[in-house]
Amino acid sequence: MVKLFTMKQWIKKSIMIMGGLGVGFANGFFGGGGGMLCVPLLDKLLKERTKVAHATAMLIILPISIASAITYVANGYFDLKLTLIVGGGVIAGGIVGALLLKKLNSGVVAIIFAVLMIAAGVKLAFF
Amino acid sequence: MILVYILVGIAGGIIGGMGMGGGTLLIPLLTIFCNVEQHIAQSINLIAFVPMSIVAIIIHFKNKLIKGEYFFWTAIPATAVGIVASLLAKSMDGKDLSKYFGLFLIALGIYQLISAIKAVKEAREQNGAIDQEN
Repeated sequence: MVKLFTMKQWIKKSIMIMGGLGVGFANGFFGGGGGMLCVPLLDKLLKERTKVAHATAMLIILPISIASAITYVANGYFDLKLTLIVGGGVIAGGIVGALLLKKLNSGVVAIIFAVLMIAAGVKLAFF
Repeated sequence: MILVYILVGIAGGIIGGMGMGGGTLLIPLLTIFCNVEQHIAQSINLIAFVPMSIVAIIIHFKNKLIKGEYFFWTAIPATAVGIVASLLAKSMDGKDLSKYFGLFLIALGIYQLISAIKAVKEAREQNGAIDQEN
């Protein structure tokens, strides 16, 4: 019998599939946040370089976001005006953020952002 | 109010552009400060992510930072489950969904906080080692 993959390759593929299921569920159910699960999946579990993990995570999230966005819109969850206004801001901010990344001490920004996330989470979950 | 929406979008975009999960900031900003319904906020984030990420992916691709080998095994199951999860979200009440989203944010925030503190400590230790050498 010809072995298609080695044991190690099977383990890696299983991690990719299981991880993908988790990332896909979060991103579809919550409409975001899949990237924050996909990056540790790639760099911590699959031992990929941090930069590659961040970049590749975006590619993995893209088809999930397109498919989920279509599902949301098809079910009537769509506000054209709001999407254009906020989306315009997101694109402008995205460019600024990409440029800032090289200049700011991103460690401190990440800590501030994490505290904000926890505060927003507590507000939404318990109040 | 339009100005607030634009500012919220810019804030989400900056964090997203820095690679720290813009959507996890954009969605609560929209629901908490702009009173946008949870499902609509999620729909806005999903749609806004598409053009932003396409630009970023092209740049990353040119810089050879994208590895295709993960795409097939991860993105296909992820997309299939993503559609099912979107349908599940549809059947939920916005307020309940918002509560679950809050719990999701707390979990992500704690993970993010621990890894950020670790990263800052490691950077300090490295700087300290360089200072001692000098």
